[in-house]
Amino acid sequence: MGKITNEELLNSIKAKFEADITEISEPFGLLTFEAGREKIIELLTFLKTDPALQFIYLTDITGIHYPEREKPIGVIYHLHSLVNNVRVCIKVFLADGDVHIPTATVLWNGANWMERETYDFFGVLFDGHPDLRRILNVDDMTVFPMRKEYPLEDPNRVDKRDYFFGR
Amino acid sequence: MSDIQIVDAPPGVEGAGFFATSVDKVMGLARSYSLWPLPFATSCCGIEFMATMSPHYDLARFGAERLSFSPRQADLLMVMGTISKKMGPVLRQVYLQMAEPRWVLSMGACACSGGIFDTYSVLQGIDEIIPVDVYIPGCPPRPEAVIDGFMQIQKLVQTESLRRRDTPEYQKLLASYGIQ
Repeated sequence: MGKITNEELLNSIKAKFEADITEISEPFGLLTFEAGREKIIELLTFLKTDPALQFIYLTDITGIHYPEREKPIGVIYHLHSLVNNVRVCIKVFLADGDVHIPTATVLWNGANWMERETYDFFGVLFDGHPDLRRILNVDDMTVFPMRKEYPLEDPNRVDKRDYFFGR
Repeated sequence: MSDIQIVDAPPGVEGAGFFATSVDKVMGLARSYSLWPLPFATSCCGIEFMATMSPHYDLARFGAERLSFSPRQADLLMVMGTISKKMGPVLRQVYLQMAEPRWVLSMGACACSGGIFDTYSVLQGIDEIIPVDVYIPGCPPRPEAVIDGFMQIQKLVQTESLRRRDTPEYQKLLASYGIQ
């Protein structure tokens, strides 16, 4: 159990960013909300530097794709306050065709590879990132494989063709 | 009298004080019992290979106890485990660095066909990038299967012509992989 409750945490965030956060929920006790990309760096800076909160550790930056939504591409930040032993999850959704978001490398150097990974798999463009190129997939890959419009399976697979099974 | 069995001599003409046979048979015999494998082990099949090398199964009985970790000295490339697409160029580079004559053994479902990894990031069989001589099925194959696959390689080595690299079929095969 953390030293501050989710309610206290939410209140101190709301004191500054009341208008910017939506969809507040607590799945598995983890405070989760959505924010807009305009205020995201300001919000992360506040969470990191506020003397009471001190979310000094960036656990992860990852992405998600909901093709049926109006803003399909999501960027998800997981922060951890090592001081207060409490975590928070922030989601930012972006419209297809305008997948720009400011980089978090200005706050955490560790965001560098996380953002490269999110770019690699979801094609999110982190503005201001020092070296935004693929990190895990082959360099000459042309697609962003975790987006739903690209098939998961490899087209070169031969032993699963229907005619081997009389279909 | 010892019960150690020595390999039979190849067919030839024998007389008092001499034995004559063709040189490719002798070379094949010598090569097949002193293959230097390069273990390219990337996952669980590599663990089975370690069991195969250890004294219980003892691949050394087949003259392959000297693993070569430099491709330049290896005769046999043993690819054991999942090869991701990012690993593909590395594997190809290793193959290109091997000197002729060279053989490739593909061990396990992943190396042969991609196995359970039917996905964008995994090579669907190493024969997409390098030619393969023997495939060992299994997930992972038992050490007996590895030994059987190795003996198939030995059979290939024994029956091959002396300079396989000069045959038009072999050059055509390599050309189809973009290797000159």
